Amino acid sequence: MKTNQLKELIGFNILRACMGMVSLFLLVILYDIARKGIGVINWEFLSAMPKTGMTEGGVLPAIVGTFIVAVISAVLAIPLGMGCAVYLNEFAQNNKITRIIRMSIRNLSGVPSIVYGLFGVVLFVQLMRFGTCVLSAGMTLGLMTLPWTITASEEALKSIPDSYRDGSLALGATKWQAIRTNVLPYAVPGMLTGAILGLARAAGETAPILFTGAAFYLPFLPKSPFSQFMALPYHLYIMSTQHHSIEKVRPIAYGTALVLIVLVFGMNLGAILLRYRLRKIKKE
Amino acid sequence: MIKLKERIVRCLFFFNGILVVIILLGIFLLLIFNAIPAFKEISLVQFLFSPNWNPTSYVTPSYGIVSMLVSTLMVTAGALFIAIPLGIGTAAYLSDVASHRVREIAKPIVEILAGIPSVVIGFLGIVLVGPMIARVFHLYNGLNAINGSVLLGIMALPTIISISEDALNSVPKSYQEASLALGATRWQTIIRVKIPAALSGIIAACMLGMGRVIGETMAILMATGCAPAMPKSFLDSVRTMTSTIAIELGEVPYNTTHYYALFAVGFVLFVITFFVNIVSDIVLHKYESQTR
Repeated sequence: MKTNQLKELIGFNILRACMGMVSLFLLVILYDIARKGIGVINWEFLSAMPKTGMTEGGVLPAIVGTFIVAVISAVLAIPLGMGCAVYLNEFAQNNKITRIIRMSIRNLSGVPSIVYGLFGVVLFVQLMRFGTCVLSAGMTLGLMTLPWTITASEEALKSIPDSYRDGSLALGATKWQAIRTNVLPYAVPGMLTGAILGLARAAGETAPILFTGAAFYLPFLPKSPFSQFMALPYHLYIMSTQHHSIEKVRPIAYGTALVLIVLVFGMNLGAILLRYRLRKIKKE
Repeated sequence: MIKLKERIVRCLFFFNGILVVIILLGIFLLLIFNAIPAFKEISLVQFLFSPNWNPTSYVTPSYGIVSMLVSTLMVTAGALFIAIPLGIGTAAYLSDVASHRVREIAKPIVEILAGIPSVVIGFLGIVLVGPMIARVFHLYNGLNAINGSVLLGIMALPTIISISEDALNSVPKSYQEASLALGATRWQTIIRVKIPAALSGIIAACMLGMGRVIGETMAILMATGCAPAMPKSFLDSVRTMTSTIAIELGEVPYNTTHYYALFAVGFVLFVITFFVNIVSDIVLHKYESQTR
């Protein structure tokens, strides 16, 4: 009996140590970036163009570029994702086609991001003749976020009780009327939250925009959907591997990493706050 | 009139639903159509079995995928070696050991870890993990397969943890109670009852983590040195399929043999991840229908 208790003690402590290691990884990542990145963050860093071969100045075009691609991918992914989720949760019967659709969604979310990049090059840059530009990059990211948006939207739809639908149907509404008036208004907050979480992930992605429109060094803001752009993750990649004086620009790389992390987590936090606010409004 | 409108709406949503299948098929077809022209000049045997990848050679360009496949396999094995025990351990801790309050703090840790962009992880591979490895093994730089394995191991953790935890949580409570009632300790119950009962879910979790590792690009591109040669040990620089595409696609002119060859690499990558995903999907579903 004693040995069993001893074994349990050791076993539990090993499991605790696993959790401790995982927490330590996160702590080290955040601490290192924050400590070394905070020094270069000032108003100029956030609001100025990069200067003298990116060794000085700020990251404004990269911040703006990241925002623009995120918005473009949202415009593509949110309506399509919501539509697909509505189909799956409200209309679809349990048949072969539905199963194929579900399997495709799970598979799409496992397709490597670089493969989406290849797909974007062929479809948007070449076949649709957009060229390498912010539109191609945004749409490539949009396709990549689509499976995440669908999954999140479906979760939101599933949380609406059937009585909402049945009540409306019983009063003589058609299926679409019931969905439009009694399901969607309650599901949209959850759907939007999920969509924003997907966009936060998209904003941090680099591989899909490598060849579809991100530019090495462009000290001005994109003027049209067909111009190239700078993006924070790509900028960080350049600053830490491709720059001619890597050691010298290391602080800027740290600063860029910090801005990127804050942006991504800011979007996450925004999504959570939005959900909270919308829920409150709904209750009142 | 209303009926017509209803049918139109239903049709629109149906097409929206079918769209994801079209996208998946589209990715498959575009990759294959852009890969086929490469084999006008490259023999399939060379592509699949030659260890040399040197498309820019002046004399005879060679397009062999073997060294990349080996690199990908090495880094994947290394990453899973780190992530599987750590991930399952953490999942078991979260599902069976942690108190409710600890769990409330610990779950966001895993979620935040999942949200860190891969380019940031790769950057830390250069500035943090690299120098550490260089010091431990007395190397000139630490950009090698070990570095990539560590980074990808960390990136695979959130997937493995959250899906394994779901699997452990969905083991029926009666299993656990029966085991405890027979006098087993909680530790024995976890090891002998819960983990075996949730095994197929845990295997699916590890396979999904593996799919993520195989397809990961930025971290591996930045932290492994990317020397285009056959790696001999974990201390060598490796160049995976993903990083080869990332490095070279930006430099080649469109519609050349080299360009098509990169799509062929992309196609191989797509097929591998597709099968990993399909198999984990089947395993996960088998286990879901078992527990019901």
